Order: sequence, then structure tokens, then C-alpha cells
Amino acid sequence: MSKERKIKVIVAKPGLDGHDRGAKVIARGLRDAGMEVIYTGIHQTPDDVLNSIIQEDPDAVLLSILSGAHNALCSKIMEKLRENNIDDVLVAVGGIIPDEDKKFLEEQGLKGFHGPGTNIKTIVDFVKSNLKRKFRI
Amino acid sequence: MIESESKKDKEIENKKNTIKRNFKNLSNIEIKRLYSPKDVETFDYNKDLGEPGQFPFTRGVYDNMYRGRFWTMRQFAGFGTAKQTNERFKFLIAHGQTGLSVAFHFPTLYGYESSDEKSLGEIGKVGVAIDTLDDMEVLFDGIDLSKISTSMTINGPASILLAMYIVVGEKKGLKPEQLRGTIQNDILKEYIAQKSWIFPPEPSMRLIVDTIEYCSKNVPQWYTISISGYHIREAGSTAVQELAFTLADGFAYVEEAIKRGLNIDDFAHRLSFFFNAHNNFFEEIAKYRAARRIWAKKLKNKYGAKKPESMRLRFHTQTAGVSLTAQESENNIVRVTLQALAGVLGGTQSLHTNSYDEALCLPTEKSVRIALRTQQIIANESGIADTVDPLAGSYYLEWLTNKMEEEAEIYFKKIEDLGGVIPAIKKNFFQREIANASYKYQKEVDNKERIVVAVNKFQPKSCRNPEILRIDEKVSENQIKNLEKIKRTRNNKVVENALKKLKKAAKGTENLMPYIIDAVKEYASIGEIITVLKEIFGIYVEESIF
Repeated sequence: MSKERKIKVIVAKPGLDGHDRGAKVIARGLRDAGMEVIYTGIHQTPDDVLNSIIQEDPDAVLLSILSGAHNALCSKIMEKLRENNIDDVLVAVGGIIPDEDKKFLEEQGLKGFHGPGTNIKTIVDFVKSNLKRKFRI
Repeated sequence: MIESESKKDKEIENKKNTIKRNFKNLSNIEIKRLYSPKDVETFDYNKDLGEPGQFPFTRGVYDNMYRGRFWTMRQFAGFGTAKQTNERFKFLIAHGQTGLSVAFHFPTLYGYESSDEKSLGEIGKVGVAIDTLDDMEVLFDGIDLSKISTSMTINGPASILLAMYIVVGEKKGLKPEQLRGTIQNDILKEYIAQKSWIFPPEPSMRLIVDTIEYCSKNVPQWYTISISGYHIREAGSTAVQELAFTLADGFAYVEEAIKRGLNIDDFAHRLSFFFNAHNNFFEEIAKYRAARRIWAKKLKNKYGAKKPESMRLRFHTQTAGVSLTAQESENNIVRVTLQALAGVLGGTQSLHTNSYDEALCLPTEKSVRIALRTQQIIANESGIADTVDPLAGSYYLEWLTNKMEEEAEIYFKKIEDLGGVIPAIKKNFFQREIANASYKYQKEVDNKERIVVAVNKFQPKSCRNPEILRIDEKVSENQIKNLEKIKRTRNNKVVENALKKLKKAAKGTENLMPYIIDAVKEYASIGEIITVLKEIFGIYVEESIF
């Protein structure tokens, strides 16, 4: 199903982490690259993230976590997506994700793991080339 | 004349084949090839600088500065349980640290119990897990609080942590007037940048003034607020914005306390500041000097302070976390050294130097030792601390100090036009300014107009990360178990009663500090106290912009 619409992305900050500089810069960078971007703001519970996905039907969800709570929160979010049979959305997490945690997160179905020093173009290209739904780009 | 000067600059630049690069500092102020007496034509030593320790304090708040005593070396520390952090404190003290600084984990910062659903994954991660007085007793176990001052980075629940500290002191046989330290207690910058808010602005301001009032009578050596530019800068502001927004917040607290009927000279000397030390060396030094001068002039001329004590802007500095790179993280030791040097040359009263691994994790013992040693080397080996404000009189630095002050004044006017700090927050003014500045900066880095070594230039082919500190997931389990145990063993009737009284007082206008002290003494948790206050004060909801 090829579509001639904008790629729709949710940028979300799960957990209590308030460090939102990176999330905001990425949200704006993706918007400037022609995507439709919804920024949920901070303090999103796994249920909040799920509800945003159900409501907005995005092509990608980018989670930003710098507090170290990524393993607990991401696996909870993925569990909720599986429960709701949502399997065509790219879910990625970035922020401060130690190398040792990447395997565990990959097994949960997450991608990305971009950290400090990543430029905007890298994120834009990453989203475009990892979407699960087919787009004519 | 200006035209011919810039023509001359062009000629020199062409002749010497100047590399075309960005000559704007991080506040986007264009920096000229050369500064001369013409750039500081109106310069008046007594009026613009004054002697150190004298109005307007541009050269420093004390006449003797570091010849009397070095700045306080105060590393921000906290992770895992209170016991683990207590060990880190003792490690730091054993290595020559002269002040304590507590980092709390997110649930404490937001007033959630560790067992709350919202605390999932966050226990002990970015700071130490503190739920009740019991944790605070462990945190300061074996540390003589009459000998060391303690800074606590806590905002929404600041009055609760202060209350716990007072009670811990009491249990160690210390009177409140013997305690020295700081609570950050700066809620305005939370709305603006750092985001660990709980209540809406108005009740938050009440709690802050409660602490100011309480401490001015009972804990006279306590700094009741650390008005913070650090987080504003980390969130992406420029140096000028950091300077202007922070001082504007300071004025807002002063005005609020005056509104309560407090006398400016009774509390102003217990307000302190907290600034960032970022990469552009002279810009940072100019920022600190301008901050002192602006504060002194405003306190004297606008708010009618009479005592010189009230006009002195004292500040803590932390090197810029955001400037640390994950790539070739050892290079951060050099960045931190330069930033720390700016803080010292800017006349800081205390300093935190970041550890090289902080773009990856909380610091290890090794990395924090190097960070502390960096300060000790600057203090003891470089000779920089031997004379007061050694850079004064530099044409460039004095011009830049003036320029920072001018630019800050433009922002003060804008904020005033918006109706003050709180109305400006509600209109997202600061949030938008910071988001724009951080996006612009990122674009400049992406376009290589700004160079970050090993990130967008001189990139390594491969890069090995250092060993990192990990927080054991057992911390979470243990913390929750301990909280449950406290709740089983305390006198729950007395707790309930204390919380009831607090709630009743919160509905009125009384100072809440005595009620909070009574509640923490009985081992009421921070979560329980905050829950009661939320029922009266409500919660803050942010409009998320990007």
C-alpha cells in the first residue's frame, strides 16, 4: 500500500525524565524534513504512549530517555503494543542507551539507540529507511 | 571611523588569509579581530568595576577572594540507595572534597514514592532514592554536618528535604542555626527549562517564600534558593539568555518575598545563584562578571537594599554537561578543565567539575576522582587563584562584560512587557526562546559552522566506550521493601494526624515549614506529603512546544 502522504511520527518522552532538549530538536528536525510530527511532551506512562499511538496511528514512534529507565519502560511499551496487535509501527529509542542494553532492547523489537552527538540528518535517514509501512519516498 | 576600522580588518584578514570560520560566540555576538581602548571609552573603574568586595562587585564578592580560601569543591553526587551514595560522599571527602551536593532520583524530585507506578525504572537511576527520613539518616551517616555544607538539588519538594535535613541535624545533636547548606528551591527555572515541577506557579512561590521566611528566623546560615541558570543553559539557551532569564527569576523571588512583607536586607544575602560554565571561555567569564554587576545595581537601586551583603551575588558553577561528548570521552577532561578555569576566573564560590563519562552514565569512582583533581590542580598548581580577578582591564573582557549586561537588559524589558516571569512562562516565552536557540545551535553543528572535536570533525574511525557505572535493578526492590517496612513500624496514627494538620494549614496562609517538619519527624514519606499538598494546590500541566 503505497501512500502519498507525509510520514507521521510521534516523538515521546516516557518516564519521569525531563531532559527534553534532544527530543525537541529531533521533533523539529523531522518536521523540517517534511514529516508530520506530534510531540507528546514529557512524563508519558507506557499507557500514555499506547494511547497516543492508537489515537494518531503514526508510522514511527521515537522514544527519548536519558534517565536510565529505558529497559523497564521500553519493554512495558512493547508489551502493550503486542497486546494491542500493533506491529506495523517503527518504534525506536534514543538518548543515553549503554551498548550492553541494545541487544535486550532489540529483542523487544526496538531500533535506533542514537546517542549524544547524532546529527538530525542521521535521524531523518534512519526513520525513512526503517519504516515498516511502505512509502513512496 | 568604524568603517575604516572594519576596512582595515578586512585588509588584514585578506592579507593574512584568515580562515573563514564562525567568529560569533555562543550568544551569537560577533567578535572582532581586536579590542582597544576605543571599545571601552566610557569605562570608569570605580563605577563599572569597583574594588573586589565592593559595589558593584564586578571583580568579585570578597576583597581577598581565593587568597583567603579556595572555592568550595562540591561534586554533585547521588545514585542507587542512600547507603551507596553515603559511600560515594565519604570517598569524595576522603579525596579532599570540601562540600556535599546531593543528586536525588526522579521519583524524589517529583514527590512520588518509590513504589508508585510512575517510578517504574527510575529508582536510584539519576540520583539517590530518598523516600523518608530513614533514607536521609543513612545518607548522612558518619558525616559531621557541623563541618561541611550540603547543597541539595531539589525544587518541588525542597521544603520537605530541608525539613528532613534539619531533623537529621537535630538527631546528630546540632541546632538548626549550626547547619550550612543550600536547597535549590528554584521552581521558576523548572517551568522554564528543567521540568521537575509539581504544583502550579502560585502555590510553588508560596512554599518558596515559606522556606525563605523560616530560614531567615531559624536556619540563618542556610541558602534558601539557588537561582539557577545551569538548567536553562543545558536546555539549549545562549549565555545571554542564561544570564537574563536567571536574574529575572531572581528579581521575581525578591519581589515575591517583599510582597510577603519581608525586609530585603533580612533575606537577600541568603539567595544564591548557580551558573553553567560552557565552552566559550571569555564569554563565560564576562557572564559571571556582568551577573554580579547587574544584581548589585538592581538590588540597590530598584529594591532598596541597604546592606552590601544583600547586593553580593554568590554563585555555584557546574561545567556544561551538554558539552560532553560520548565520542572519545577522555577529551571531556580537557573541556572540563577549560570550563572550570572560566568559573574560577569568573569568581565562583563553589564548583562542580563534570566527569568525563557523563555523556554515557553517572560517574565512576575513577572519573569523579579525575574531575575533583582537576579543581585541585587549578587551585593548587596553576597560580590562577593567587590574585583577584586577574583579567580585569582587558579591553575585550570589559567590552564583552558590558555587552552581556546590555543584552540582558533588553531581555528584562521584554519580560517586563509580558507582565513578568510567571506570565511569560505561561505564554511560553522562555520555552520558545530556548527551543529556538538549541535548534539553531544543532543546525550550526550539523552544518559544521560550529566544530565539536571528534563529533563533526576529527572523527575517530572507531571508538571504545570506557567502563560505565550501572545501577543494579535490585536497588528498586530493596528501596520499595524498606519503604514498606518503615510504614509498618512507624506510628501511623501520628503520621495521619500530622498530615491532616499540614493539609489544614495549606488551605490557609500560615508558613508550612513547622508542619512539614512535624510530618517528616514521624517518617511520613515525601510522596505522602506531596500527595496531601497536591490535593490543595493542584498540579502543573505543561503545554509541550518544540
